[in-house]
Amino acid sequence: MALSIVHRATGVALYFGTLLLAWWLIAAASGPTAYANVQAFTGSAIGKLIVFGYTWALMHHLCSGIRHFVWDLGYGFKANEREALTWGALVAGIALTVLVWIIAYAVGGGR
Amino acid sequence: MSGPSSMRTPLERVRGLGSAHTGTGDFWRQRLTAVAMTLLIVPVIVVVIMLIGRNHAGAAQILGSIPIAIILLLFIVASTWHMKIGMQVVIEDYIHNEKLKIASVMANNFFCVAVALASIYAILKLSSGV
Repeated sequence: MALSIVHRATGVALYFGTLLLAWWLIAAASGPTAYANVQAFTGSAIGKLIVFGYTWALMHHLCSGIRHFVWDLGYGFKANEREALTWGALVAGIALTVLVWIIAYAVGGGR
Repeated sequence: MSGPSSMRTPLERVRGLGSAHTGTGDFWRQRLTAVAMTLLIVPVIVVVIMLIGRNHAGAAQILGSIPIAIILLLFIVASTWHMKIGMQVVIEDYIHNEKLKIASVMANNFFCVAVALASIYAILKLSSGV
């Protein structure tokens, strides 16, 4: 498995993705017109795709990072343990992304 | 440098903090901010979900409330600091031209500080209700 490069790539994606979060916060502080612009973007197809990709990058980087915590603490270095941690991070990252979006639609979809 | 004929004492070698002269400071802070964000991620996602589908007035009211503003401020500090360290590692790994490397590390610092201060300013403005 070559997932360490994915950890790095999702980190770089999140780095630039924070521009979206900063834009959103600044728009909220600026006023209704600026906020409506952000909502128009995040509500569009390309906007939703970017936010979905951002969610996955965040969840994957989180789970993959927890895997690094395990290694930092000195555990999980056997071949089968490394494989299990890596697959676990991959599957958990995807599962959490889907879970967050289901909750987001269930809670926020009706507003 | 630290061979048998070295004039440097062990204490001097420790104070030199290795070739980067910063020791394990960034390594430690990268883990520290990672643990902070792992603890904060659930509250932050709850805040974002609370905001979905709300208009500006509703969103501004939620973002300006004290506990939510504090959660977001903590997350912004941890994430922008973590970003700065992580991107610097990437730059140092892939950019070997010394001048370009220094320029990239500077740009990385400017970007992370700008994102942090812009976001912090926005939250403080929302909290003060103006």
